Amino acid sequence: MTERAAELRRTPLAGIHEELGATMTGFAGWLMPLRYRSETAEHAAVRSAAGLFDLSHMGEIAVTGPGAADALDYALVGQPSALAPGRARYTMICAEDGGVIDDLIVYRLAAQEYLVVANAANTAVVAAELASRAEGRGADVTDRTGDCALIAVQGPAAAAILAPLTDASLGDLRYYAGHRARVAGAQAMLARTGYTGEDGFEIFARAEDAAGIWRAIAGAGAGLGLVPAGLAARDTLRLEAGMPLYGNELSRDVTPFDAGLGRVVKLDKPGPFVGREALARRAGQPPQRVLAGLIVRSRRVPRHGYPVLHAGSRCGTVTSGAPSPTLGVPIAMAYLDPQAAEAAFASGPARQAADAAPAGAQAPLAIDIRGQAVPADLAALPFYRRPGR
Amino acid sequence: MTVPEELQYTQEHEWVKISGSSATVGITDYAQHALGDVVYVSVPPPGTKVSAGEPCGEVESTKSVSDLYSPVDGEVSEVNAEVDENPGLVNADPYGAGWLFRVTLAENARQPEALLSAAEYEDLTREAE
Repeated sequence: MTERAAELRRTPLAGIHEELGATMTGFAGWLMPLRYRSETAEHAAVRSAAGLFDLSHMGEIAVTGPGAADALDYALVGQPSALAPGRARYTMICAEDGGVIDDLIVYRLAAQEYLVVANAANTAVVAAELASRAEGRGADVTDRTGDCALIAVQGPAAAAILAPLTDASLGDLRYYAGHRARVAGAQAMLARTGYTGEDGFEIFARAEDAAGIWRAIAGAGAGLGLVPAGLAARDTLRLEAGMPLYGNELSRDVTPFDAGLGRVVKLDKPGPFVGREALARRAGQPPQRVLAGLIVRSRRVPRHGYPVLHAGSRCGTVTSGAPSPTLGVPIAMAYLDPQAAEAAFASGPARQAADAAPAGAQAPLAIDIRGQAVPADLAALPFYRRPGR
Repeated sequence: MTVPEELQYTQEHEWVKISGSSATVGITDYAQHALGDVVYVSVPPPGTKVSAGEPCGEVESTKSVSDLYSPVDGEVSEVNAEVDENPGLVNADPYGAGWLFRVTLAENARQPEALLSAAEYEDLTREAE
């Protein structure tokens, strides 16, 4: 634990995690469950049944008022004004130079009411940027993180577990939609969003209602394979799903285009927005780097920051790496030099996650794992796609 | 967190059981718990000379990798092939089926005085909490 436990913020569910015997860790200033038992088992439960997550460290920022839609169109690279009430969108907030300040999910709750969900480490910066960018545009920006709990139920059994506990009609709640609902008797905002590559729900509730909601879901899911799941499982789940993590794939030094997420930048929306000029220039240029998936031909695990090699020379850097519980091999995402990526791709098609390593064929890339060049193949992202999608 | 009385320990969280000229080595319950699910263990192959306090392998878990240190001087005589097949044994049974390698102690072996007793090791892990 790098941060002293006594100085960390506790979520409204910290006591429950301790009761459950979780291994707690410091994360972005919060005391969070890393795992309860085995993170691999928690990962597998989310893929096969369901997992219950405390995500109350995430930032919830309310943007309200007659100018809320315009203010967000100016502040973010997406177009929240085009969202219908009840819908949500993955988007980003960028600096003037196009660098990513954070990736966000924006929920439109009503015509003049939005909820912006930010990463824990960036909440204060995002709230300050939104407040400054909204100035004079008729919108109020309020950081509600301290009063708000966020609980996620993720996995193929999530809907069956949640249905008896809510008045919402889950069959009518589409992916990336959300609205107010009662959950376990408490008023909440219920959304069909997540960060695991599975079907699932996120429940935004008042801090004082969090423990009751958690216990009700844990009870309803007990017979359906639901287990509490920690940040360790969340990280391997999102990596298999090819989802970027701020601080790994995303930072102030990369634009959305570098991360292969140029589609979130709405250059054709009316009016100016912060970062527009830099991003428009960037959109017209060949990429300076590409985000690629890698599968390692070894059991040694690539980690954040390890060099990627092509023909013996460095051609990139691993941003995230882990042993994939679903695939049973180590996987990674990495930024690669575009020429090297093209050459590697030309030497053989990207390995599909399900393929066995092409026998005998020489791997096009290698990862320097603590001084040893370990062969690696390019892989199509995401590494994992849930059945039926 | 269990710390068997009859074993000796290192500051780096290995345990060692010395019987005659043979020493069996593994990582402690504390270590496996701190690491999380072990996915790969690299140990020195039989015949490798190892020295007390020197890194001689690696333990990979989901979140991190740690060096493995030899608690004693000698030559590796045997490695646990079952752990290679099923690294989860290190989590499930760190002092039993999850042992990692055996060393034939060097004849002129230095007395491994740096090793900790169970009580001393328990104090060490309590301080780390």
